[in-house]
Amino acid sequence: MSLALDAPAPIGFGEKIWRINWGLVLVLTAIAGIGVLALYSAAGGRFEPWAARHAVRYGAALGLTLVVALIHPKVWLTLAWPIYVVSMLLLVAVDVVGKIGMGAQRWLVIGPMQIQPSEIAKVAVILVLARYYHGRRKEEASKFLYTLPPIAVILAPVALVMVQPDLGTAMMVLLGGGALLFVAGVRLWMFLAAGIAAVGCLPIAWSFMHEYQRKRVLTFLDPDRDPLGAGYHITQSKIAIGSGGLFGKGFLKGTQSSLNFLPEKQTDFIFTTFVEEWGMVGALVLLALFALVLVWGFSIALRSQHHFGRLVALGVTAMMFLYVFINTAMVMGLLPVVGVPLPLVSNGGTAMVSVMFACGLLIGVNVYRDAQLPLRR
Amino acid sequence: MMRYRKGDGERSGLFTRRALLLGGAQAVLLSALAGRLYQLQVIETQRFATLAEENRINLRLLPPSRGLILDRTGQPLAVNRNNFRAMATSDRGRGVDVLVDRLDQIFSLGETEKNRLLRDLRRSRNAQPVVVRENLGWEEVARLEFNAPDLPGVFIDLGQTRDYPEGELMSHIIGYTGRVSDEDLAGRDDPVLQLATMRFGKKGMERALEDSIRGRAGAVQVEVNAVGRVVRELDRTEGQPGANALVTIDLDLQRFVAERIKEHQSGSVVVMDVITGDVIAMVSTPGFDPNTFARGITQAEWRELLDSSERPLHNKAIGGVYPPGSTYKMVTALAALESKAIEPWTRLPCPGFLMLGGIKFHCWLKSGHGSTNVVEAITQSCDCFFYEAARKAGIDRIADVGTRLGFGRHSELGLPGESTGIQPSRSWKQEKLGKSWQHGDTFNIGIGQGFMNATPLQLAIMTARIANGGYEVQPNLLLASATPREELVPPKPRDKPTAPSLRFNPQHIALIREGMVNVVASGTAHHLRLDANNKLIEPQYRFAGKTGTAQVKRITERERAMGITQDQLPWHLRHHALFVCYGPVDNPRYACAVIIEHGKAGGATAGPIGRDVLIEVMKRDPSRRTDGFRKMASR
Repeated sequence: MSLALDAPAPIGFGEKIWRINWGLVLVLTAIAGIGVLALYSAAGGRFEPWAARHAVRYGAALGLTLVVALIHPKVWLTLAWPIYVVSMLLLVAVDVVGKIGMGAQRWLVIGPMQIQPSEIAKVAVILVLARYYHGRRKEEASKFLYTLPPIAVILAPVALVMVQPDLGTAMMVLLGGGALLFVAGVRLWMFLAAGIAAVGCLPIAWSFMHEYQRKRVLTFLDPDRDPLGAGYHITQSKIAIGSGGLFGKGFLKGTQSSLNFLPEKQTDFIFTTFVEEWGMVGALVLLALFALVLVWGFSIALRSQHHFGRLVALGVTAMMFLYVFINTAMVMGLLPVVGVPLPLVSNGGTAMVSVMFACGLLIGVNVYRDAQLPLRR
Repeated sequence: MMRYRKGDGERSGLFTRRALLLGGAQAVLLSALAGRLYQLQVIETQRFATLAEENRINLRLLPPSRGLILDRTGQPLAVNRNNFRAMATSDRGRGVDVLVDRLDQIFSLGETEKNRLLRDLRRSRNAQPVVVRENLGWEEVARLEFNAPDLPGVFIDLGQTRDYPEGELMSHIIGYTGRVSDEDLAGRDDPVLQLATMRFGKKGMERALEDSIRGRAGAVQVEVNAVGRVVRELDRTEGQPGANALVTIDLDLQRFVAERIKEHQSGSVVVMDVITGDVIAMVSTPGFDPNTFARGITQAEWRELLDSSERPLHNKAIGGVYPPGSTYKMVTALAALESKAIEPWTRLPCPGFLMLGGIKFHCWLKSGHGSTNVVEAITQSCDCFFYEAARKAGIDRIADVGTRLGFGRHSELGLPGESTGIQPSRSWKQEKLGKSWQHGDTFNIGIGQGFMNATPLQLAIMTARIANGGYEVQPNLLLASATPREELVPPKPRDKPTAPSLRFNPQHIALIREGMVNVVASGTAHHLRLDANNKLIEPQYRFAGKTGTAQVKRITERERAMGITQDQLPWHLRHHALFVCYGPVDNPRYACAVIIEHGKAGGATAGPIGRDVLIEVMKRDPSRRTDGFRKMASR
């Protein structure tokens, strides 16, 4: 009996399928469904050009999720560093030859594919950090010297995406990585010190920022200073959300989005488009679905028998949370406009793939929750 | 086994505690989002709903259609024509440079137009459309439609543009319209003037009638999208079209006059109804084509008009000033009679010249006229008589009578660009030149020279006031004006002036008129007894007149001695030829003033024109015609 407890027999394929969190898959599909609805409305009541493609893309991405979920964690343990290194190389490449898109270099064109290396980097950082702390003992994890490599792992991609410049992704990697360090057992005083250092560095960061980034920050602090220029997006978004009221203006009846007062209504401001038509009720339903994903994520993390799994699950959950929070807080005027999409709802391929890949990792942790992984040093 | 699990219990305990802490923090942040939603969508929802409506709904003014201008017989002088124009809106001035470059490729706008468009686009508020180009042809419309995908915010708008079917013939009377300027806006708060497509009267009747001819704007409430493009119409209130105007001009007579004087380089003719003051014809040559302005005049065309020495933009009939010469002698005569300086029977001698302070004042007839009374003096245009009569009457009396007959001040015509001319007086000379009045000045004024200056219109007014027996008729160009909804009743024909009397002694007026009748019957213009075909004029069309030849340059004693004739002088130094006349003799109805610039001699050059015009107007008798009212009502 004790043998069986310590080293459970490898599980069969049927058991693996059974262990997939189908409830979570359902919730994800519901969120993507809302995405289709919102994109259909954003196109003025047409499936083209966004809604239909969004549905197809989700279907394909879901297939990826299931495949990833069935891959044994030790594969990821092995691949963590190679993936990280490749993603860093791609980030360097994008900084050097990247195509100018939306005022910043974010895209890399390889053959027919357009990839956004920063999306790969988000997942790579989670994998590498999880792998690193998987092999550290508790005492080690709390030591400052052992914290230096993870800090480097986080700061390298942050620095590379800041150059692009992509403030949103930088913020996400920084905060997501920080969350992982926190749960991995890094001492609290180090976070305190980092926080103080960050505040101290603000003026320096300010001097490194692009003119348009400064403008965004200033506009965030006071949207009325330029209501027709940089503050226009935020003002119009708030008008759309506020005028939606409790129950919304009704499907396809959002005036702000259909008359194009909303900027980028199919990508970063898709939440606004949806909420204008469905009101606070719709917004709460959507947020509740995301909250369900997070609860699932936490429970998978807590049930994992191995540290790698815990950390991966928590990393993915933190990433989801940051996506949702930064995006919605931004369109509601609580954060500066930094260009973070709403996962599974915004139009766009790379973010969908990276989010669904991450969800695959998350579900994989559940499937292989009792796998035995070597503590490699 | 321990290889996998060693120390994992401690790690997982810490992980669980911290993960729960993290989860709690996320829950708090998500609640904050819900709170923000509550704030935006419940507490402040009214404010945002209003803002969304303001975004969506735009009040647009509908430019009223401009009133038509017709002549007294109902023929169109200024009408509206459909005008396809390219308009552009910009999204808060973004991307205008690219847009203007593309428009330049399609329309080849040129530098000035490009800069104008850039400025307009950047300045346009609330995404109000800006005019790119007007009067698009078929091909241009097609080219624009073809390129539409590359031209966001550009659209074609059907508006109206002014069309002047008579072109140059009516240019000085009708004038033209142009873009609204800042001066036009002064004192007018009509919001429709803010529209880029609006036009404003710049000259002539278009200007004089501007505030009634413009109409009142309608408004339409439309739903617009973010770039200001109209999505649908929500509500509409119709405006009121501008009032149509019937002018006093008889177009056919106007054409006759223009035809009659076109052989002369530069001149003007005014024909007036002496009872009502209606201006029946008013021609100033050369004119210009007002359609150039309606179409949008180019810089080059504008320069050419401005630089021409014949000043085609200048309405010489009301703005040109000339010494009236002998046509002024009626004023001198009337002043002398009214002041009892002379009596009807007073005879004054003419030895060919008078001496004053050692200066010789010549009569035009070297041999002199012997002694003449006032009627004979007018008939023969004897200068000596009027030197002496002027001296006897004095400048104060002359200036008074001249002013009463309309000299030296604006009439009530209402057309912009009217000159006052100069009716000199003691105070005028003191004020303008700082010098006191001399006897020699009075001599010169007596024969309409010296400081004396008058417009052709003023000469017509003087003639009309003499012809109607001394009533202060005012020239008038507007016969009637009414919006299409108003009823128009033609006025009853009048045979007596309603204007106040100038309180001249009727016998004195009769003497002046007798002199003018004799001018044509036997005097300086006796050749005008016969019509253009050398036939005696029929009795009902007989007319009275007075010739005038105004010096542009002093004739020196040397030239006089050498007997240099006018033909030997360069054109611009030759005398102006003047003729004033009225008819019919027994029951005067029409007055006419003719000035041919540098036409050498009044009787020979201006006289036949005055005769032909006057006979034509008497034959047509436009004062009896009311068909214009009927035609305007049916429009």
